[in-house]
Amino acid sequence: MNVLVRLAALVLPLGLGACGAAHDARVTLSFWAIGREAEVVPALLAEFERLHPNVHVEVQALPLTAAHEKLLTAFAGDALPDIGQLGNTWLPELATLGALEPLQARVDASPVIRSDDYFEGIWDTNVMDGTLYGVPWYIDTRLVFYRTDLLAAAGFDAPPRDWAEWSRQLAAVKQHAKPGDYSILLPLNEFELLVNLGVQQADPLLRDDATRGNFESAGFRRAFTFYVDMYRNGWAPPMSETQISNVWDEFANGFYAFYVTGPWNVGEFKRRLPARVQGDWATAPLPGPDGPGAAIGGGSSLVMFRASRHKEEVWQLIEFLSQPEQQQRLHDLCGDLPPRRSAWQGTALASDPYAKAFHDQLERTVAAPKIPEWERIAQEVRYAAERTVRGGQPIDRSLGDLDARVDAILGKRRWMLERRKAAP
Amino acid sequence: MNERRAAWLFTAPALLVIGLFFFVPVLAAFVLSLTDFDLYALADLHNLRFVGLGNYFDVLRAPLFWKSLANTFYFVGVGVPLSIAASLGAALLLDSRLARWKGVFRTALFAPVVTTVVAVAVIWRYLLHTRYGLVNYLLAKIGIAPIDWLGDPHWSMPAIILFAVWKNFGYNMVILLAALQTVPAELREAARIDGANALQQFRHITLPLLRPALLLVTIITVAGYFQLFAEPYVMTRGDPLQSTVSVLYYMYEEGFKWWSLGRATAIAFLLFALILVVTRVLVRFGKRGGYA
Amino acid sequence: MNRRWQVFAVNGALVGLAVVALFPLLWMLSVSFMQHGEASTYPPPLLPSKPTLANYHELFERAGMGRYLFNSAIVATFTTLFSLALNLAAGYAFAKLRFAGRERVFQSLLGALLIPAQVGMIPLFLLMKWLGLVNSYGGVVVPALASVFGIYLVRQYARSIPDDLIEAARIDGAGELRIFAAIVLPLLKPIVVTLAIFTFLASWNDFMWPLIVLSDQAWQTAPVALAGLSREHVQDNELMMAGSVVTLVPVLALFFVLQRHYIEGLLLGSVKG
Repeated sequence: MNVLVRLAALVLPLGLGACGAAHDARVTLSFWAIGREAEVVPALLAEFERLHPNVHVEVQALPLTAAHEKLLTAFAGDALPDIGQLGNTWLPELATLGALEPLQARVDASPVIRSDDYFEGIWDTNVMDGTLYGVPWYIDTRLVFYRTDLLAAAGFDAPPRDWAEWSRQLAAVKQHAKPGDYSILLPLNEFELLVNLGVQQADPLLRDDATRGNFESAGFRRAFTFYVDMYRNGWAPPMSETQISNVWDEFANGFYAFYVTGPWNVGEFKRRLPARVQGDWATAPLPGPDGPGAAIGGGSSLVMFRASRHKEEVWQLIEFLSQPEQQQRLHDLCGDLPPRRSAWQGTALASDPYAKAFHDQLERTVAAPKIPEWERIAQEVRYAAERTVRGGQPIDRSLGDLDARVDAILGKRRWMLERRKAAP
Repeated sequence: MNERRAAWLFTAPALLVIGLFFFVPVLAAFVLSLTDFDLYALADLHNLRFVGLGNYFDVLRAPLFWKSLANTFYFVGVGVPLSIAASLGAALLLDSRLARWKGVFRTALFAPVVTTVVAVAVIWRYLLHTRYGLVNYLLAKIGIAPIDWLGDPHWSMPAIILFAVWKNFGYNMVILLAALQTVPAELREAARIDGANALQQFRHITLPLLRPALLLVTIITVAGYFQLFAEPYVMTRGDPLQSTVSVLYYMYEEGFKWWSLGRATAIAFLLFALILVVTRVLVRFGKRGGYA
Repeated sequence: MNRRWQVFAVNGALVGLAVVALFPLLWMLSVSFMQHGEASTYPPPLLPSKPTLANYHELFERAGMGRYLFNSAIVATFTTLFSLALNLAAGYAFAKLRFAGRERVFQSLLGALLIPAQVGMIPLFLLMKWLGLVNSYGGVVVPALASVFGIYLVRQYARSIPDDLIEAARIDGAGELRIFAAIVLPLLKPIVVTLAIFTFLASWNDFMWPLIVLSDQAWQTAPVALAGLSREHVQDNELMMAGSVVTLVPVLALFFVLQRHYIEGLLLGSVKG
């Protein structure tokens, strides 16, 4: 059957070419985009196709919730597209599988993509063992969203800069809150804030070449304790997101004054919060242990799949989508933040008060551990917090358990690295 | 062509398909469950290790496995009796001499069985919506506060059970109805003349005669309900608080989300062993006449 | 008077049950014609205020549902046709033809009914990858070309064919293939219809295997596509309902037209076993 397909592939273009229509000689690129971006990217592609009449881009939308499974199944079935949008925690997996094309040489020769124009933290997430596998498309980092009026009522006129100040503010807000209301919403089904607090410490999250958990280190213990105390002190409700019917309504109702979330919520807040609180909210960078802290740089990158037979055209498309103007348009269409400094300059973005805090923080972003197991480890981090918060497990035990579980998850990686060392 | 050669000719294609696409994969699954086949092995087979029963021990030590097992038992333990009670009730009504338009009712009650799980799960997810769902609307009419069916860990499994009962009761109803129709009318008539009321007739005449059929539907339903997957996949994704993660859902996540294929097949075998044991126990229990 | 009250109670209960069984389906139909966002009001509306086909337009034009329905139809039709041929032949042979090891083979086939299909799913996926059938109709159709349940069903039914009939044909010099085609098949007609409906419905409704083996959007079946849509467009209820309608209409129509055969087959497969 394969032979037939190949024969057909050889014969068909010839037959069509004979008809003489230039239209049919076009190269078709398949582009897998995810969720919201998949809906808006066709608007950008019209211009690309105008500039490159020989290329046609077919966008396939992967539902966010099934994208990961689909990418891996497609790899197993040799059905990956030419170009894709890849969340940067998934990059290591596909790089490990050898599914991605290294891009450094193309970047070096590119007049459009200059790595020094990108925020370092986000560029770094695309480099695995010294090899570049993707070009950042948009960036995402967690920030503090807060109610200025509730904070003012508690006696503060500026957002917190460090943990100590944050604690004081949380305590004060709780004191001034109606009974049953809280200071901050930290959904128990999310790991982001805890992991962000973790990377603000000197101790890395993983040790020994990322083959063992380092969660019993003094640094992570501080972060974990700070996080858990927010629940223990009654500042945060021990709830998961599904238990809060509508985070925006509850934010407007004053159920909580702080909420740590990502840039997409700026648009959602503007759209969904009732008019009466529209003037009363702002964003601020994440406080660190002593002053503004580091944060994980998330987001998505554009990648070229190794099996693509149209690498030149794929690269043209990556270059096109990486132009500062296109990144600004992407922002206009769906609120994604550009990963390039030049895309921020002289635009509405630079003056948007809500985006300012993001811009500030982007300079301090760092990469999450770049190993395929990371997402699974992050889930374990969240379960550890849940066990202490909901189950009342002592912190020492939760962290000990966490390291043990993470070590088990990393067992295979450890074995592979040892084997590689043994046989040079 | 003689009879024997014809027999092999007739059976060979089907046996080949079943052998190649069922028995071979099952045997391979067992082998796979003894290895650490994962993402790394998928990239390069040199990264494959034989781990013996390691996956089985790992799974048995994983809290989520026990959680998924408890969830599955919850679903089976509550869902099966409810389903069969609904089926039996509907079958008795349809069997009643007083019932009209039996064919129409039978068709109507059976319709949910043939529907596509995914499509009707979409409907139910909305019927069960906390704010706009009709279920909560009706509950409000009788003074019950809105229930967060799919968001509250205490209600998510009951919601899925409710859905499964609705979807499946027609199937067993048809089987039980056929069994009921074999109960001789004279027997009941005689009991009625002896002064037995409807309940007594049911307990002493109908139920004993129905026992083989009840045992059969119990076994079919138990084996089917242990394989819960599509309902949580569509309605809750295993949330909230992993309260709707079934064993099979857990296997799917291990296998196709995290690509621990070795471990995932070990989970599948554990589930198989469990179904085997439970159905065996049911059969023995049924044979000993433990129903009365 | 008492009897009339009983008649009322029994039929009233049946009407109640029928409403419970059918209401969700009727409501789905109604919501699918509602304006965008109309279902998200309180109290929940039962009928569309201004019926619209917009959801169906969006479903076929933007979400490409036509393609998925086409995929489902192809997969279900081919599965049904091929598996009928294989299961009929095998079921007949197990019922009527004498050959060494018949009972043993059949018993081990029945044993397979106890093993959940999911056990072998992962190696089956790897096998399909090796055969190059991932992301193709073949990936769904080929493993379903024969089924133990189908063989069992045919065997149950074929056992009622008198041996004399077949013997007489043999004495007349008819070959085995001819006997099967000319004598046995016409007698098996009722079970053919039953098995065809069973297979078609099972194939149309199947979810987990197509989800795994058809990861490429172009090949997805309607239920898989609907699940994808519903996980993304949680807010677009009216659109989702339209998607459910078009996924359900074919199976429900088939069932309503041929329900007698379906239910008879179900009984044959279980009670008389």
